[in-house]
Amino acid sequence: MPVYYYIFLAVALFSIGVIGVLIRRNMIIIFMCVELMLNAANLLLVAFSKMHQQVLGDIKPTAASDAQVFVFFIMVVAAAEVTVGLAIIVMLYRNTHSVDVNFLNRLKN
Amino acid sequence: MNVIEILFWFLSVMALGGAVMVVSSKSPVHSILYLILTFFAISGHYILMNAQFLAIVNIIVYAGAIMVLFLFVVMLMNLNADSEPHQKNKWILYIGGIAGGSLLLIIVAALKQTAAATQLVQMNSGNTGLIKNLGMLLFTDYVFPFEISSILFLSAMIGAVIISKKEA
Repeated sequence: MPVYYYIFLAVALFSIGVIGVLIRRNMIIIFMCVELMLNAANLLLVAFSKMHQQVLGDIKPTAASDAQVFVFFIMVVAAAEVTVGLAIIVMLYRNTHSVDVNFLNRLKN
Repeated sequence: MNVIEILFWFLSVMALGGAVMVVSSKSPVHSILYLILTFFAISGHYILMNAQFLAIVNIIVYAGAIMVLFLFVVMLMNLNADSEPHQKNKWILYIGGIAGGSLLLIIVAALKQTAAATQLVQMNSGNTGLIKNLGMLLFTDYVFPFEISSILFLSAMIGAVIISKKEA
């Protein structure tokens, strides 16, 4: 499978995530779109790792493993981000009784 | 068209359809369920590329832990399609769609002509993604970032508790 199929799939997923962040007003949906963008980047990293292994695999059987370790660390950081982000959303919901992202301007004072 | 190509197209359509439904569904619970579908499709892609460790971690961490957390928060707040804040300004919808579509168009146009884009991806073979090799790498070359991530988790845990404490 040529790598450009994976590039286009990942770019399409990333763009859908960008559109979701731009047009939705529900904070939880915006957060989920950020997760979608992270996953698009993960998919592309794995595809490039396997692309390099196709070239280098005969010389070094474990070539390009670094990309997959990076994907693991991206998942770790995403999990930490989700815990703090959802705590902020719950706190904001308790104060404003809404998940509308425009109410975040009440944090001004 | 062999079985790997059929699976690739099936999983791609599943991932893209799920992603579109995440953005367009009215109810947040439906969005979460479609995002779980998308994550399962991406895990299927990982299995197709023989990245077994990442496929399992993706299912356990993303589709399991993180999405259950989202679902828990949505059900805690009792959100549904009626309480959904709808976009009053219609122009934002068009502008967001045009901006995202332009991003897609420009990246695809820029990468279509590159020589490296036609290289093949190794499907269904190779031992890079096996848990033995990644585990060896994680506990030799990447042992310092691995330990740092435990501090990150500790601080995230403390931060979440402090933020959600009432009248902190």
